[in-house]
Amino acid sequence: MRKAYVAGLAAGISFIAMGAARAVEIEYWQYVFDSRVQAMDQLIEKFEAANPDITVKQTTFPYADYQTRVVAAKVAGQGPDVVQLFYGWTDQFVNGGLIQPLDPAVFPHEEIEADFFPIVSAMKRGDDYYGLPTAVRSLALFYNKALLDEAGVEPPQTLDELLAVAEATTKRDGSGNITTAGITMDMAGQDHHWWREVLVRQNGGVPYDAEGNVAYNDAAGAAALKFYTDLQTEKKVGLVGFMDEGQAAFRAGLAAMTIDGTFRLGAFADNPFEWGVVELPADANGMRSNYSSYFANGIGATSTGEELAAAQKFLQYISSPEAMEIWLETVGELPARRDVALTEANLADPIRGPFLKGLEYAQTTQFYDEAAQRQTAIDMVNRVLLEGQSIEDSLAQAATAEQAIIDQGRQ
Amino acid sequence: MASANAISQTGPVRFWDRLNISTKRVIWAWAFLAVPIIFYAGIRFYPTFQAFWLSLTNWDLLRPAQFIGFANYQKMFADPVFWKVFQNTFLYLIIGTPVSLVISFVIAYYLDRVKLMHGFIRALYFLPFLTTAAAMGWVWRWFYQPVPIGVINGFLSSVGIPQQPFLRSVDQALFSILIPAIWAGLGFQIIIFMAGLRAIPSTFYEAAKIDGLGDWAILRKITIPLLKPTTVFLVVFSSIGFLRIFDQVYNMTSNDPGGPLNSTKPLVLMIYQTAFSSYQMGYAAAQTVVLFTILLIVSLLQLYVLREKK
Repeated sequence: MRKAYVAGLAAGISFIAMGAARAVEIEYWQYVFDSRVQAMDQLIEKFEAANPDITVKQTTFPYADYQTRVVAAKVAGQGPDVVQLFYGWTDQFVNGGLIQPLDPAVFPHEEIEADFFPIVSAMKRGDDYYGLPTAVRSLALFYNKALLDEAGVEPPQTLDELLAVAEATTKRDGSGNITTAGITMDMAGQDHHWWREVLVRQNGGVPYDAEGNVAYNDAAGAAALKFYTDLQTEKKVGLVGFMDEGQAAFRAGLAAMTIDGTFRLGAFADNPFEWGVVELPADANGMRSNYSSYFANGIGATSTGEELAAAQKFLQYISSPEAMEIWLETVGELPARRDVALTEANLADPIRGPFLKGLEYAQTTQFYDEAAQRQTAIDMVNRVLLEGQSIEDSLAQAATAEQAIIDQGRQ
Repeated sequence: MASANAISQTGPVRFWDRLNISTKRVIWAWAFLAVPIIFYAGIRFYPTFQAFWLSLTNWDLLRPAQFIGFANYQKMFADPVFWKVFQNTFLYLIIGTPVSLVISFVIAYYLDRVKLMHGFIRALYFLPFLTTAAAMGWVWRWFYQPVPIGVINGFLSSVGIPQQPFLRSVDQALFSILIPAIWAGLGFQIIIFMAGLRAIPSTFYEAAKIDGLGDWAILRKITIPLLKPTTVFLVVFSSIGFLRIFDQVYNMTSNDPGGPLNSTKPLVLMIYQTAFSSYQMGYAAAQTVVLFTILLIVSLLQLYVLREKK
């Protein structure tokens, strides 16, 4: 008797399970970062409520393993349906067959180009887009209000003002050692982007030519590098390695200014002093530039049929204005659509405002191997500061090394 | 199921019964030995040989590996960074091993004679060995900072000596990393040396004293020669450790791994970066083969030099 009952129950359960199996399950992959995972959980919940026939499973990996996991899953034939990737990995992901182009019927190119910030073009290869971002990042100058007030100076708007403010806020001990830096110097942080996309351009050059080859080995590049290394050697307002890292020096209240990105807002939120943000300083002619980057979401190469349709729906949702609002509130990253980002309220916001203005004129470097290319910038500055190499020689050596990385990446 | 087993067992059982007891023992021994051997073959030897093959390909994880002959080796030997790294690796070895062995022997030699709080002092020396290399690397990294937070530079400044760049210098950085690396390994080496010292029969010393030998002569004629097996073990062990140094370097220079300007980069860190940052698996495998060869040669050489003379 009991057996029959259990059998009946089992049959009932399997019947329900069959009903559930008709719904599509898709997998979403991103790396572990608390607020990003929470934001995605919220988005998935809302998406599933609107699309009861689709379930989304979120899988996360530590950042250090992330790329390796995606590759390993592809080799095993079990890739995700929707996958997050840094824009700089696009070449590797496309060449490796990890992601597929977005169907223009679902994601029309005119709409993408009209609605998103122009930096989204970094996801385009040939005639195809390979992903869309939810949020974007840009750089700005963070300043310590207390230190600036103490020195009686205002946040700088130009590079000349930057030097003046840095000089006014730098403190030194009896032997001339810096005890409070005017500005942090940390090429391993965001300074290499500042140098590449901002300082080189402000000196009249371009970091890369139209084909993506290194183009900074000229007078403009040399002037930009000299401006940067002079901060330590001539002006003595900063010191590479001071307090170990630029962001650590700023957090400790021992640096008056630092250049960093939107992603640092969370870490700086509980700084025990008042701080503010201004746009990256303009040059003498008022010319400004910025560096923007983002993580995009692409569709996995193995996704087909109804899973592909579900994945497209999900990607549409997480690139929608609603999703961007949620992402902005939860993670603090800027919306990738112009009309969602550039609202009156956002632009007037003392923190978000400067980052958003920076997005309007931001550049996005096409990296082949970001870590290795950053290393060439770190080494370039170190050769000048530690080995006394001339600006021109160090610049030329960096250009050769970086071009070799680019050539290797194109193979 | 059961009946099927019974039938199939009859053959082997008869065969088994025909074997004599010593053959059975050998078979049993091999049956047990087979487990670790198969494990080792699968986990160690197969990947090792696979690495040799990979070093001849351009595998980058994403695309299938293509055979490219010795191109990776040509690239490596033409790369100045590789030679710099090669030199660093040997600096770690030829400074680290003798210095750490001399210091640990001296400490063990005198600690052996200390009776007061012997256990406590020994524990103090052993403590760094128990500490995670990463945690220790970070503590030392902060010791070496410039003022206002660096302890060492704070002290130098207070006595009127100009502050030193330490990790921010192409000349000082490697030594700055070696010091904590040597310090971390001392505890282990001291314990092993002390065990070696205790194992020398005291009758030798008594005989030497009766013959009127001084401390120095006893050390040279009795202690050091009889410690040879211990020394051989520690030289090999510590050499391999310094050739494979990674944790200290990576944690003390993580903003610019192996920097500044590759002045602290050991071979293992270069392999790590090539493989897991640039995803050039074939090239990384070629570097691994070189490291493997160095480890093999150094180990064999040391065993040969320090071999027991019959």
